[in-house]
Formats: sequence, structure tokens, C-alpha cells
Amino acid sequence: MADVKKIATRESYGNALKELAAEHEDVIVFDADLAGATKTGTFKKAYPDRHFNCGIAEGNMMAVAAGASTMGLVPFASSFAMFAAGRAFEQVRNSIGYPHLNVKIGATHGGISVGEDGASHQCCEDYALMRSIPGMVVMSPADDVEAKAMVKAAYEHVGPVYMRFGRSAVPVFHDEANYTFEIGKGEVLQEGTDVAIIANGLMVAEAMEAGKVLKEAGISARVINMATVKPLDEELVLKAAQECGKIITCEEHSILGGLGEAVCGLVSEKCPVPVRRIGVNDEFGHSGPAAALLKQFGLCAEHIVEVAKDFCK
Amino acid sequence: MTASEKKQLMVTACKVRMGVIEGTYGAKAGHPGGSLSAADLFTYLYFKEMKVDPKNPKWEERDRFVLSKGHTAPGLYAALANRGFFPVEDLPTLRHIGSYLQGHPNMNETPGVDMSTGSLGQGISAAAGMALAAKHKGMDCRVYALLGDGEIEEGQVWEAMMFAHHYKLDNLCVIIDNNGLQIDGRIDEVMSPYPIPEKLRAFGFEVAEIDGHDFDQIEAAFAKARQTKGVPFAIVMKTTKGKGVSYMENQVGWHGKAPNDEEYAIAMKELKAQLAELEAM
Repeated sequence: MADVKKIATRESYGNALKELAAEHEDVIVFDADLAGATKTGTFKKAYPDRHFNCGIAEGNMMAVAAGASTMGLVPFASSFAMFAAGRAFEQVRNSIGYPHLNVKIGATHGGISVGEDGASHQCCEDYALMRSIPGMVVMSPADDVEAKAMVKAAYEHVGPVYMRFGRSAVPVFHDEANYTFEIGKGEVLQEGTDVAIIANGLMVAEAMEAGKVLKEAGISARVINMATVKPLDEELVLKAAQECGKIITCEEHSILGGLGEAVCGLVSEKCPVPVRRIGVNDEFGHSGPAAALLKQFGLCAEHIVEVAKDFCK
Repeated sequence: MTASEKKQLMVTACKVRMGVIEGTYGAKAGHPGGSLSAADLFTYLYFKEMKVDPKNPKWEERDRFVLSKGHTAPGLYAALANRGFFPVEDLPTLRHIGSYLQGHPNMNETPGVDMSTGSLGQGISAAAGMALAAKHKGMDCRVYALLGDGEIEEGQVWEAMMFAHHYKLDNLCVIIDNNGLQIDGRIDEVMSPYPIPEKLRAFGFEVAEIDGHDFDQIEAAFAKARQTKGVPFAIVMKTTKGKGVSYMENQVGWHGKAPNDEEYAIAMKELKAQLAELEAM
């Protein structure tokens, strides 16, 4: 993928907000002193009157966004995943989730690819936390095209949405001209019948790479991009379970409570097949360059290939 | 206000207090103490101060009220019911399975409730968000938030105060019910938030300090709030927890406990006597 364009999905988020604001006057943005990093600064530059910095006070920001949404505005509230989903969990749960308010949470710097900042900032628990809130949509895009389409879909959806974006640049593989995004719908990127690899976020590009390597090794892997963790595309997962008989899940998240457990929960009840979960095991991350950390934690194509080969023995 | 207006408010406040007793007695649970301390305030807001329409609870131009101290929902419900948002007869269904009167306010179930609250410290932030949005949209509605004096021990309250001042939310009026008691005891013994007015002034608020059971003082404070431009306004009102029911007054044990049959009878007898006295005035 040497000459493939790479863009961090947080960049896509900032750009999409700006595009969305041009079409919709009710879009406003809240940030908690991280506008430069979350890229809501891109929006702020174009629409300074519609961007409200809340300072370093994420709990207040979430409840402020909730209040603003009751007045007919569509607030996007942003911080790092650790603080948006972690620190402000209870505000999101009680002031946004319980009243089912129309607030969109744009959380950047999800997962261990935050890199050098280390474990305090590497949120691998956000899918688990947000999935547990009734009515909350939980998504994470794989590339720039999907990220921008997701932000627009989140605006169109009435109700609370949590979106996780990444810090590091990831390959752009979708063709923007022929692309449509729908909340709750997965996407088959490679057909296969021996094993289904269900991934999201930056693990999708790794899964695609793994799918090609496995094909050469005689293993037919179905590669699925599952951008929406909740509501899960049950039909697509069950079809994969029935037709492939084995599932590998890949996420830049703890193996506890995220995409892997969502898939396990579904198939164990409706179509029991063996599942192997690739993600961050029950441990904290640490400082290091993102690429090296991802390899160290097994969040890479090589590890997916290894697991798939062992699984299909 | 005229003497007859004031008398009418006192009569209504007495009915609101009866509604608090009916609700908590019907629920066999709930929070009468802080509902009664704020009963006069609820009454003034819904019968004099706020622009609302009980026939159209979601009217866009209405003023908003956020009960940040959400556990005193019985007081809010009693005021809303007396104002005509829903039948007074429904108050005893409080906290029952299937009732639209949840233990803490739910904006999607109860007509007239503008924000779901209950987790302390969050309502004030939501109110600030409403005030910001109203300004952003050029609406001239006002936003009111009622907080407990124990509630302001929550750090988020002060994040919201900072926010309200930073964004010059002069359409926001914060009221603090200083009844001096929280679940575990006196607020100055549990975790003193004193001095409250000084803290608010340091956060950039214009402040009025009043007796929360005196309608003349309540009226003057809200008038001053409306005249204040460029900064948010706070009313710190000294109140008596459990006000109006003799055995509940200033008793921390009545923070979150329902009256039994005998206590219910005494409370209603006392309130009916107060009502008769007021009506005879």
C-alpha cells in the first residue's frame, strides 16, 4: 500500500463537520480544550460563532450539549475517547442517554494508537462503556471516506451517537464516488467461506491485508468491515457464521465488552460457531510509536494471519 | 405584587405542599424535606415568573426550568399539577410502576418537565447549555435552575458556573436552596460549601440573598435577575427544610422518607389548617 493516500479519521471528522455546517445551521460544536487535536478546530476556523470551547471540563460539556440539544440544535461534543466516554461516562449516561437526546459525541484518539502519551490516554474501553447505554449508537470508521459519511449519517440519525476516530493516518480504500454509508450495516470487503474476519477502525485495513495473504495460502477468508458496533448488523454476522463456520473479530479495543463480545453474544445465542477475538487483552497499553505498539499488541495483519491459520488447521 | 396576588401565591404554595405529602405518601418513598423547602419557589416560578403554557408544554418560546436537585421531584410535580400540566389526582402515583411521575424527573414522560435530572450537578450544566442555545438562536426565553446546597459540593456545578460566566449567560438564573441539611447531616458538618454567595460572586455571578419563604423577597430577586445584563444571576435563598409540616421542619431524617398513615394525617391536618387560615385572610 505504498502509494495509497493515508488520512487520520480525526482529520476526516473535522472536515466533515465543516461540510455539514455549510448545509445545516443547527450544527454546533463543543470541545474541551482539544480543538487542535480533535480537529474541531477545522470547523472553528470556518464557523467561529458555532464552536464553543468548554475548557478542561468534559462532564460539564456533555451535559451542556444535552441542554443545547433540547433547544433544537444538533451539538457535536468532542474530546479524546478516554475523557468523552471515560471521564464523562455518567454525564453521557444520565444527561444524554437516559433522555435519549440528539447529541453526537465525536471522540478522537481512541485505542493504543494514541502512542507516546501512554496508557492514561489510550482508551480501549469506550465501545464497552458506550454499548452499555440503551439507545446509544456506537461506531468507528475504517478510513476517511467512511468517517465523513458516518458524521453525516450521525447528523441525520435522531438520538445519541458515539463515534470513535483515530489519531494515526490510515489508508483510504473506499471509493468516495460510489460509496454510501448506513448506520448498522456492515460491509463485505472480500468474499470467503473458510473463516470470517470481522473488523472495524484501523483494523479493517489490516484485515484486508490479512485476507489477501490468507488467499495466497489457500484459506478463503471473508473480510467484513463492521463500523457500527451497536446496533450490530446481526444479519451479516449470522450469515457469516452460517457460511464460514468460524469468526475472528479484530478491534483496537479491549477484548472485553467491544465488537468481539458483541459478535460472541449474538452467535452464541443464534448460531453458535467458534470465535477468536483479536484486540487488546485484559491489560493497559504503554508509551511508544503507534505502529510499533500495534505490532506489539498483535493488532496487525501478520497476527490476524497467524490466528486464522491456526484456527483453520 | 398586590396583597391579593401574594395571598393567592401563599394559598397555591400550601396546595403544592399538600401535593408533596400526597405524592410521597402515595409512593411510600421520595423526598419531602427539600420539596417543601422549595415549595414557595416552585410556586412563584410556575404561577408568576415563568412564561409557560400548560396546554402546550413543548411550546418553543417558553421559559425553561431545570430541577438540578432532581430528588425533589415531588415539589416540581405538585407545582406542575396545580398549574394544570396534569391532574392533581395523579400525584399519589409517584414512583409507581407505570406512572409518568418517576422518582426523579423524566422529560420524556412528564408534561412540563424540561430536562431529565437526578444525578446531582448535571442539571445546572444542562440549563447552561439551554441558555447558551437560546442566545445562539436569538430566542428571548429565560432558563432557571434550582440546586440544593448539598448539591453544590459536586465539582461539576462549578464547571457549569465558570461556563455560564464565560459565555455571559444573563438569561440564566440559578437558585440555590440553602436549607442547610443533606442526607448525612448539616451541610457545614458533612462538607461545608459556605460561604455560598462569596463563591458565586468570585465565579462572576450577580447574587441576591433572600428568605426563600417570603414572596416579596422572591419577587424582588427575580426582578433584579431580569435587569442584570452581561453576567449570570444567582439567588441564594435561606429556607427551612420540611417547611409547613411541623415534625418535618429542620429534621434531616425527613430528607428522603415518606410519611406513614399517622404522619400523613397530621401533615394534611396542619396544611389544611394553614390553607383555611390563608383563605380566611
